[in-house]
Amino acid sequence: MAERRAFAVSRIAVPVLGLFWLAVTSLPFLFVLFTSLKTAQETFSSPVWALPESLNLGNYVSVLRGFFLIYLRNSVFVIAVSVTLIVLISAMAAYALARLRFRFNKPLFGLIVAGMIVPLHITLVPIYLMTRDLGLYDTPFALIGPYVATSLPVSIFILTEFMRQIPRELEEAAKLDGCGPFTIFLRIFLPLSGPGLSTVAIYNGIALWNEFIFAYVLTSTPQHRTLPLAVWDFQGEYASDIPAMMALVTLTSLPLIVAYGFGQERIIKGMMAGSLKG
Amino acid sequence: MTVVPIRTLVRRPGGIRLSLERWVPALFLAPAVILLVVYLLYPLLSSFRLSLLNWNGLGETGRYVGLDNWVQLRHDPVFWQAVRNNFVLAFFSVLIQLPIALVLAVVLDEAGRGSRLLKILYFLPLLMSSVALGVVFKNVYDPNFGPLNSFLQAVGLADLAQDWLGDPHYALGAVIAVICWQNIPFYMLLFLAGLASFPRELSEAAHLDGATETTIFWRIKLPHLQGTFRTGVLLAVIGSLRYFDLIYVMTGGGPENASDLMATYMYRTVFNAFQLGYGSTVASAMFIIVTAAAALALRLSRRFQTEV
Repeated sequence: MAERRAFAVSRIAVPVLGLFWLAVTSLPFLFVLFTSLKTAQETFSSPVWALPESLNLGNYVSVLRGFFLIYLRNSVFVIAVSVTLIVLISAMAAYALARLRFRFNKPLFGLIVAGMIVPLHITLVPIYLMTRDLGLYDTPFALIGPYVATSLPVSIFILTEFMRQIPRELEEAAKLDGCGPFTIFLRIFLPLSGPGLSTVAIYNGIALWNEFIFAYVLTSTPQHRTLPLAVWDFQGEYASDIPAMMALVTLTSLPLIVAYGFGQERIIKGMMAGSLKG
Repeated sequence: MTVVPIRTLVRRPGGIRLSLERWVPALFLAPAVILLVVYLLYPLLSSFRLSLLNWNGLGETGRYVGLDNWVQLRHDPVFWQAVRNNFVLAFFSVLIQLPIALVLAVVLDEAGRGSRLLKILYFLPLLMSSVALGVVFKNVYDPNFGPLNSFLQAVGLADLAQDWLGDPHYALGAVIAVICWQNIPFYMLLFLAGLASFPRELSEAAHLDGATETTIFWRIKLPHLQGTFRTGVLLAVIGSLRYFDLIYVMTGGGPENASDLMATYMYRTVFNAFQLGYGSTVASAMFIIVTAAAALALRLSRRFQTEV
């Protein structure tokens, strides 16, 4: 009896709750999309939740005519260079920590993992001063150093765990064939770590694509800033043009959403990996 | 009899090669270690050093003032308000996000067909940058043109309409709601992974023993998730104590410091008030608090683990 009632409850509750959260999640997105298609005048004359009167793409055109593409270019450059370096450097370190014998292996690994809980804001002022002194302030290069370094602890952690599971027989066979550690790393560990490397690339790529505070502090002009700051700079300048702002929000979010459309499972897995293990 | 390691007995041929081999790990680790020292360790120590200075950031260096900044911090009501807000954020993050996330994970786990599409859509907020989200929700909360107040008026609850971000009573809560909205799917996926690892045989065995679905859920599945729950609490607490983005974008810590966090207060002290020394004191104190809380949380979660 109780059994049947619980079953009935779950049969109603599951779809109701599922759809309820779907509404909670999607309403803000629909608000952004609909508002971005309205004219500035429309936002004052008709209620906020009214559908746009016509498909008006003018806001998108004016955003694309502005600095948007420069911000996009900077983002692509900074993220591509940073992620490449993160994957390469953390794979090298992970290989040493997972397989090479040396005296401080364990304490070093512990220290690097501890780096994952450091609140990055404590590094902000010294890194700002350092960047200024190096003459890198307000260049895209200012961001690459901090981006790579702050992503290393979690990446090294993920990859060390991954490489520890690669069977030892493979490298022993290679050793017998006279391969040194560099050949073993390049020919065996890098190719076999493919899934781990792509997890690291996805996790850091998304986190850095949306990174705000370092980009905000280390750059100052639209010519050198990344996409999250496009929205920030725009709201300072055109706070009253809400439809144009929403078009900009849509455009800045689009690259990740499109990428997500191509590989949801991989991206979900990649984004969870970094924190699941932390 | 003592056991002598075999390596000391067998001398390897080629002493040069041996000494080269000793440097191999160093070569692999060098790029990572150098970057971590330059961009993480040095700034960490440097921050503590700067906390002893009185400096506006211009000129060669500041004036050494010893522990003056730390004494000032102890009596700084804004800092302690910020600390309190960080813990309020941590408390509500755990209290709101984890239960809702658990319910949604169970819903998706039960839904079977169609759950894949829901999961994909639920995940979308996590892909958004906090600046974009902050700007969107500032509009949602707008007292005059925002959809939230318009909605409340339309359904006859006009009394509830507020200046959400402009009123010190509501600002922190309003931003916390957005933080929860963005992060609930993350914890949902965490729980979903936990549920997926639940062995089917267990519930089948319980079924044979006459247990109902309800009993199986409360007595077997939920306890099975407690490891996941611990991870979730840990992540939510640490994430909350070092939070910055949405608060800074939506309220800047205002009005009247009502929504200030340690990180936003630190930012304003350094980059708006140009007090690099005192700002570094705030940053260093934040580091101590976050590290202590993380260590404590890890310890507590281990103790809970052994009790079960």
